[in-house]
Amino acid sequence: MSTVIRVIPCLDVNNGRVVKGVNFENLRDAGDPAELAHRYNNAGADEITFLDVTATTEQRDTTYELVNSTAKEVFIPLTVGGGIRSVEHVDQLLRNGADKVSISSAAVSNPDLLNEISNTWGAQVLVLSLDAQANPAMPSGYEVMIKGGKEGTGMDAIAWVQEAEERGVGEILINSIDADGTRDGFDVDMIKAVRAAVSVPLIASGGAGEPSHFPPAIEAGAQAVLAASLFHYGPDDMIGQVKDAIEAAGFTVRR
Amino acid sequence: MSAKKPTIAIADYGIGNLGSLANAFAYNGADVLVTSRGADLVAADGMVLPGNGAFGACKQAMDKLSISRWIGQRVSGGRPVLGLCVGHQVLFDDSTEFGSHEGMGEWPGTVEKLKAATVPHLGWNTIRPAQNSTIFAGLENERFYFAHSYAVLEWNFDQGIEVMEPPHVSWSNHGGDFIAAVENGPLTGIQFHPELSGYAGLQLLNNWLGTL
Repeated sequence: MSTVIRVIPCLDVNNGRVVKGVNFENLRDAGDPAELAHRYNNAGADEITFLDVTATTEQRDTTYELVNSTAKEVFIPLTVGGGIRSVEHVDQLLRNGADKVSISSAAVSNPDLLNEISNTWGAQVLVLSLDAQANPAMPSGYEVMIKGGKEGTGMDAIAWVQEAEERGVGEILINSIDADGTRDGFDVDMIKAVRAAVSVPLIASGGAGEPSHFPPAIEAGAQAVLAASLFHYGPDDMIGQVKDAIEAAGFTVRR
Repeated sequence: MSAKKPTIAIADYGIGNLGSLANAFAYNGADVLVTSRGADLVAADGMVLPGNGAFGACKQAMDKLSISRWIGQRVSGGRPVLGLCVGHQVLFDDSTEFGSHEGMGEWPGTVEKLKAATVPHLGWNTIRPAQNSTIFAGLENERFYFAHSYAVLEWNFDQGIEVMEPPHVSWSNHGGDFIAAVENGPLTGIQFHPELSGYAGLQLLNNWLGTL
């Protein structure tokens, strides 16, 4: 690959505030999204992801105004997810400063939405957000989860990412519900399983607790790495520390 | 740049990351208008043609707004136009993406699929800027954000044609060389996304604003 490994801070936004919970529960306040986005833009982040974590459960659309004010602080790609159910939502988000959209639950209930978005704006605008957890009853051993990881779907996660790639997604964000919020490291086995099944770029998410956790996710096949609380609550130069660790493992980063 | 804010008209034909583009030009002190009106596109100090996704779908939507006519009017008067991503690709002859589609033919060349193992080419890459490039001045060693599966792989411009100044062509590489940018008098095309390329990208847009 000629491109560098991307380091992506994630803003999980609930009622206008950035929050972070353990295993998607007990949300805890981490600040104002526009303020944090500004800080990360200046600290060398390669992209920023904005996830409206309550959008799906509370059945409300992502707050366009909040995306708008956050986007004004960001001159790197901004991916927005949460509550996106139609091409009209995508159009509104792009007009308000989003560059990509991330679809999770809505794609499970309406897979054609992936085709509609990809056919209009192209694969590079569409990220499939895969919330999955280990389930030995599934053929691949992983089940697709929805509603912020609270509800199982009975769908096999690997069959699902292959279908999503055929439907035109340009990237897959792998979020392991088992690893999320634990700060014990990424779910390397899940990343390897998805890497073996699809050829689009992968973003590893869930479980990062220290810089040394990142290289194994890249070795497992991720082209980008995403974390939330590590950056929100860590020292200001944490993005730099993560890039140091990735570089020390022999991968290229943007400086 | 003069004390007066430059006016920038971003063509709104329904497909593009319009919000991000507007933010990046506003950051550089421009007065930004996102519009589908031909008169506004022609009147602004600078016109920007964005683009996301499929060549054919974009070109069809542009044709509904007679975009190539407004570009022609501007360029014949020596007034700057900047095409970005698919807005850059449509300035060439044609594209092979999902069938065969005609472009605006401002430059010779075909938009083809990148010959790389992984597409889309998505992320931060380096460029080999043309000598005397204006837009890359001071940015020769920076990385920029790319998000595309197709590009122009060969530059077939007949340098024997007598022009005021031959076009400046800059290159990048993903599974082979492709054209990253063309600077041709008032007409500039850029394959990547300067509006998403951090402070290097903002400086590049500022360099372009300096030509208005």
